[in-house]
This record gives sequence, structure tokens and C-alpha cells, in this order.
Amino acid sequence: MKTYLIVSVLSVAALFAAPACAQQVVPAGSEIAFTSKQMGVPVDGRFRKFDAQLSFDPKKPEAAKIAFTIDLASVSLGAAETEAEVVKPDWFDTKKFPQASFQSAAVKSAGAGKFEVAGKLTIKGASQNVVVPVALTQAGGITTATGGFVLKRLDFRIGDGDWKDTSMVANDVQVKFKLALTGVGAL
Amino acid sequence: MTPDSTERYTGVAIALHWLLALAIVASFCVGVYMSDLPFSPQRLKLYNWHKWAGICILALSALRLLWRLTHRPPADVPMPAWQQRASHAAHGLLYALFFAVPLAGWAYSSAAGFPIVVFGVLPLPDFVSPDKALAEAIKPLHATLAFVLAGVVVLHVAAALKHHFIDRDGLLDRMRPGRA
Repeated sequence: MKTYLIVSVLSVAALFAAPACAQQVVPAGSEIAFTSKQMGVPVDGRFRKFDAQLSFDPKKPEAAKIAFTIDLASVSLGAAETEAEVVKPDWFDTKKFPQASFQSAAVKSAGAGKFEVAGKLTIKGASQNVVVPVALTQAGGITTATGGFVLKRLDFRIGDGDWKDTSMVANDVQVKFKLALTGVGAL
Repeated sequence: MTPDSTERYTGVAIALHWLLALAIVASFCVGVYMSDLPFSPQRLKLYNWHKWAGICILALSALRLLWRLTHRPPADVPMPAWQQRASHAAHGLLYALFFAVPLAGWAYSSAAGFPIVVFGVLPLPDFVSPDKALAEAIKPLHATLAFVLAGVVVLHVAAALKHHFIDRDGLLDRMRPGRA
């Protein structure tokens, strides 16, 4: 909670300090979560710390620039022992690769309030092109972006060594996000 | 009145007894072994196998209880009244634990946030919701009940062997697989 507060204060401060970069993520209303499957059992996790740099006008999506960074060590999983494990070299290797990032390459409209964001996802030093469908809703000055996509964990060597076996941990990982944004123009 | 010493349990009761005996002993051993393992695919595999076995034990125990309630077991062999009482109490306790141990394990798994998916394909409902504090409370309960079950099983085996080798009353024949 304290981090959220600090981040919120910093975000607000940044809002005034850098009007050119006015669009901000409101951490309290945002979530980046994922679901992996261990022997058929869905296991949910999420990241507590992430940030985004946005320049996005819903009227001109093709000019948009969206960049994300996620602190992989801020991962939260159901069990403490899994959390202790997932930061190790076989998984996220957060000592060598503290952050995952996303950099948009092309954004296009896909219907009312819907967009397709294509870009490069980098985790653990490996990059993959992904296309992410995003839906926007607006209320009270906050724009909420929701979306999700499936990534193949082995493309990023997440779960290396003994853990490569996809019959134990499925290759497909469902990523879901909800981002509360300020400063986005009307849809 | 002498009980008929050739009277045996039904074939279904005998099959369920030995199948469950094997499954329970194996699950207990795996359970004790796996809990000390470091985080590894091996450990994950054993945990899931243990859970699947536990659910099978629970289902077969329900079948067994139903069978027991609808099919009269052979009459007691002659023995002192206190032994008879102890034997009935032990069997009642065994049946109670056949349900209590897997149910506590299921509740622990659910509370820990890992729903059970039997054989990796059949998701079971969570009858408790994910809750770390609750999980920590249920974990020792599951283990304690399992050790109590192990204790009663040892008693059960010791009593059966005593009947067979000391009393020589042919008690074991009633539960021996194969033809009478």
C-alpha cells in the first residue's frame, strides 16, 4: 500500500512536472496478472510494481507510443515458497534481468473503444513480437484499458532446466491486465 | 454358539480392503516423503499424484462404506468382550479417518490456492476459499489425522496377526484374497 501511495504521489508530481508526458498509470486501479498451469492446475500470479510511458490519443491510434516496464521481482503468487523460487535463474532470473518490458510498434483501431497493439515483449533478454487486443472504457477522467494475450514461457526461457517439461508446467501462460490511466483524450 | 469359521467377507469387500490398504499405505509414504523435498518438478509431480490418490481413496471409501452398510460382515470370532469393543471402535475410527484425512487434504489444497484437478483433467470444486492463514491451520490437521490413521492401521495389523498366529482362529482367512 505504501509503495502505491509513493508511486501515486510521484505520478501526480510527474503530471505537473512533465506535461508533455501527462498520461499516467494509476497503480491503485491497475493490475497485471497471469495464470500458468501446473499439471492442469491453474495458478494465478500478479506483479505489484510496473510502470508505463504512454502517448496515446484514441483519435489517432496510429501515432500512439506505449512502453511498459514490469519489476519481475514484485511477483506475487499464492505460496511463499513459489515466490521465493520464481525469481531464481531457472525462472525470471531477476538478478540479471530485473525488468520485463514492452514497446509498441503499431497501434490500430479495431472497432469502438477497441485497439490492437502490436509490439515487442522482452523478458529475460529474449524478445518476441506480440499483438495485444485492448478495450478501453472511460469514466470520471479515468480511462481503463483491459486486455490479455497468451505467451509461450519457453520463448523466454521461463522455467528452464528441469522445468522445461511442459507436461509439468504448460507452455501457454495467460497474461491479463487492467490499467487505469489518467490524461487520455475522449474516445 | 460358534461362528462359522469359513464365513468370509464378500469378494467386493475383500477387493476394496486390499486396494485401499495399498493406496493408503502408498499415499501415506509419499505424503511423508514429499513434504521435505526441495522445490522441483519431482516434488510437484508427487504432490499431484498424492492429491489424485487421496481423491480416489475418498471415492472408493464412500463406495466401501455403502457396501459395508448394505452387506453384513462375518460375525466376530470368539474373543473377550473388551477386545470386541476395541475392535469395533478401531474399525469405526478407521472408517472415519478414511474420510477425514483426504477431506482435510482437499481443504488444505484449496485453502493454499491450489485447486485439485484430478489426473490433470477433472477440476474439483473448492469447498474452502484460498486463505493462507486457514491453509496453515489445516496443514497440521491433515498430517495429524494421517498419523493417527497410520497408528490405528498398525494396531489393526497387529491385532489381525495376533488372531492368526497366537489365537489361531482363522480370522485372516475371512479377508484373504482368492477362493475360500
